[in-house]
Amino acid sequence: MSTVTLAGTTTLTRLALRRDRLMIPLWALVTGGLVASGAGSLESLYGTAAERARAAASMTANSSMRALYGPVFDDSLGGLVAWRFGTFAAVLAAVASLIVVVRHTREEEETGRQEMLSAGAVGRRAPLTAALLAALVVNAAVALIVTAGLAGQGAAGALALGLAIGGTGMVFATTAALAAQLTESARLAKGLTGAAVGLAFVLRAAGDSGTAGGTSQDGVLGGGSSVLTWLSPIGWAENVRAFAGERWWVLLLIAATVLLQTAAAYALTGRRDVGAGFLATRPGPPEGGLATAGALAWRLQRGTLLGWSLGFLLGGLAFGGMVEGAADIVGDNEKARQIFERMGGQSALTDAFLATMVSLFGMVAALFAVGSALRPHGEETSGRAEPLLANALGRIRWAAGHLLIAFGGSALILALSGIGLALSYGRDAGPILGASLAQLPAVWTLAGLAVLLWGAAPKAATAAWGAAGLCLALGWIGPALDLPQAALNLSPFGHLPKLPGPEMTWTPVLALTALAAALVTAGLAGLRRRDMIS
Amino acid sequence: MTKAISIAGLHKSFGRTHALDGLDLAVETGEVHGFLGPNGAGKSTAIRVLLGLLRADSGGVSLLGRNPWQDAVELHRRIAYVPGDVTLWRNLSGGEIIDLYGKLRNEGRAKRVGQGGGGRRTGGLDRTKRAELIERFELDPTKKGHTYSKGNRQKVALVAAFASDVDLYVLDEPTSGLDPLMEEVFQSCVQEARDRGRTVLLSSHILSEVESLCDRVSIVRKGRTVESGSLADLRHLTRTSVTAELAAAPNGLAHLPGVHGLDVQGLRVRLQVDTDKLDAVLRSLTASGVRSLTSTPPTLEELFLRHYEDEHLANGVAAS
Repeated sequence: MSTVTLAGTTTLTRLALRRDRLMIPLWALVTGGLVASGAGSLESLYGTAAERARAAASMTANSSMRALYGPVFDDSLGGLVAWRFGTFAAVLAAVASLIVVVRHTREEEETGRQEMLSAGAVGRRAPLTAALLAALVVNAAVALIVTAGLAGQGAAGALALGLAIGGTGMVFATTAALAAQLTESARLAKGLTGAAVGLAFVLRAAGDSGTAGGTSQDGVLGGGSSVLTWLSPIGWAENVRAFAGERWWVLLLIAATVLLQTAAAYALTGRRDVGAGFLATRPGPPEGGLATAGALAWRLQRGTLLGWSLGFLLGGLAFGGMVEGAADIVGDNEKARQIFERMGGQSALTDAFLATMVSLFGMVAALFAVGSALRPHGEETSGRAEPLLANALGRIRWAAGHLLIAFGGSALILALSGIGLALSYGRDAGPILGASLAQLPAVWTLAGLAVLLWGAAPKAATAAWGAAGLCLALGWIGPALDLPQAALNLSPFGHLPKLPGPEMTWTPVLALTALAAALVTAGLAGLRRRDMIS
Repeated sequence: MTKAISIAGLHKSFGRTHALDGLDLAVETGEVHGFLGPNGAGKSTAIRVLLGLLRADSGGVSLLGRNPWQDAVELHRRIAYVPGDVTLWRNLSGGEIIDLYGKLRNEGRAKRVGQGGGGRRTGGLDRTKRAELIERFELDPTKKGHTYSKGNRQKVALVAAFASDVDLYVLDEPTSGLDPLMEEVFQSCVQEARDRGRTVLLSSHILSEVESLCDRVSIVRKGRTVESGSLADLRHLTRTSVTAELAAAPNGLAHLPGVHGLDVQGLRVRLQVDTDKLDAVLRSLTASGVRSLTSTPPTLEELFLRHYEDEHLANGVAAS
């Protein structure tokens, strides 16, 4: 490869960093800071070595805990931090990386901005290199913050954890680079990479939850990981075993994957036209049957909804297979039991496992609902809404098509996750489906918030993503941090009954549904009143 | 004649920017009205107010006799709009998008079969007209939205607009990116609309287009209308350039009203004169005996440039 193909890389990298001057530091600080501050929060939870040992033993013996966080490999404070935050941080780094890479490659080409840049003295591989360098900055920053923040728990372990998290980010950065070469659409490139992240998470969860117990015969924590875990890059991060006799060679596996995917992306980018992908565009019909705004909304969103539906069904099937193993909990740590109860529920352990999974699906479904509810916002800012609304189409009817998909679609995917869980668990189909659908009011509340923001304050509309992300973080790692209930209650998910298991409580469900309806009504009232932005 | 569009004292601000600062606009039914002004003068803002996409801060706006904000949907059945920068859905074909616009324009209205040119209508579109326009504009309707070039995206919107028989066409720099051949097709489409008695509001920077199409024009500057009238009216307000060679030295030219930039070199005279004061100047010239005379009427470019330049001068003064 000659250096000519890299001409302009420095300038493009600086452009990328300048454009992301807010997102990159913020994301790196949140991800890195979360892990780095984990030692303090876990120390207050498990003060003594004996407490930590008990917690580690019970957590790693519990298959729903293993599915969510992986096994505990060491009961030192550092080991617990790596266990509790490692997977979550790796997923966060992966998502940040895929956004950054697609944003500076395929999205630039799709909008036509790349054309003007490439007309300058810019090499064919420079944009891709610049995007990967920007992703490297994110991941290096995360690794640095983690390493520096946890150095007190042991420098080697801190470094290993930092590199594992940052390395996972780079694995998916290069996956995104590859996807960006294949598709012509930035949305599809992000979707494909996002699906890869989801698959990696499910593989790791299935692998970890499936390995019997967590303690090997000789009484050492962790034991070995299953083949499924080894198929997942997130599983590799976990198997670097930070603070648990670091396995540095696993980092080589990560590095090799990064290099391999980079080489493949480089090979592809050198062989294609600017703006073109390898998945060709077929011609469409010369005449169209789309007749209503609702039909258009369906046409625009059906692909996304199909993807989410498949993902939720498969996810349900995968997690449903783990339910049986959930019963083998060792619950002698009172605090662990409390946490577990606050996360999942108080009755039978399988119910608790199911409740945990159902609530995880609910929180992830909120991401679909927010994205779908904000779709008309994207139509508005891209200028496509304006000529549409110059027809005999009122704003409310235009928005209604998209909102129907956001609200109905989230019901559909939650139902599918419930069906998947019930099918592969083979029992309790009714309660599981009911529990899945009981997540809806919280999902709808977040979607309603998105509608309100878009309708009343369109410039702040994307803040709805922040709210959904916060709820996901509160629900995933909040309980283990012993946050006060008031903090957990910030999330609408904190108010839902922990089904299946306990009695259904209608009050919060109905109240949240009413709140969601009020938010949507207020948002649409705002939309009717305000100027369209362009 | 009734007014298709009537705007009086329209104000619209975005934060501290006064996009429209007392704009007036009157468009008669059945005319092609040119809407001109430098970039950022407020033309598109005014059009968005007319489409009910923006809400006027103050001032009276009436579109086809109704309020564009309150009666947006009803009004839009009678309007076709072409923006200057058409964006399409990447995964819909041009043909699908044309039909979608047609159907949305006529949503909820009973199908009118066999009206308007005898073509079969489904939704708001005349199928015969649609096919004819696709051929005239040489558009491939099977291509997906993201594969069209700039000019072809405009064609998609133009076909969608002209394939429906509406009362008012609102065109906001509709021909940006079209080649000269397609520009000609566009002009004949506008003329056909006018022949059917339709009204057209045409915002444009292409002066030849304005000159050949528009009955009347309004010029906007900094959110206000600075000039409005037929092209002949506007010409009348401008200056004619006169160059003459005389038999004897000119006398008293400098004192005549309406004379500008007088330049006398011996027997050779060059001057500009307000067109309505031309008569007196010619009389004075013939008094000295005319050997040769050229008189150049103002071009449309000069006419607009005068208005546009004033703004740049004003800006220059404000800046210094």
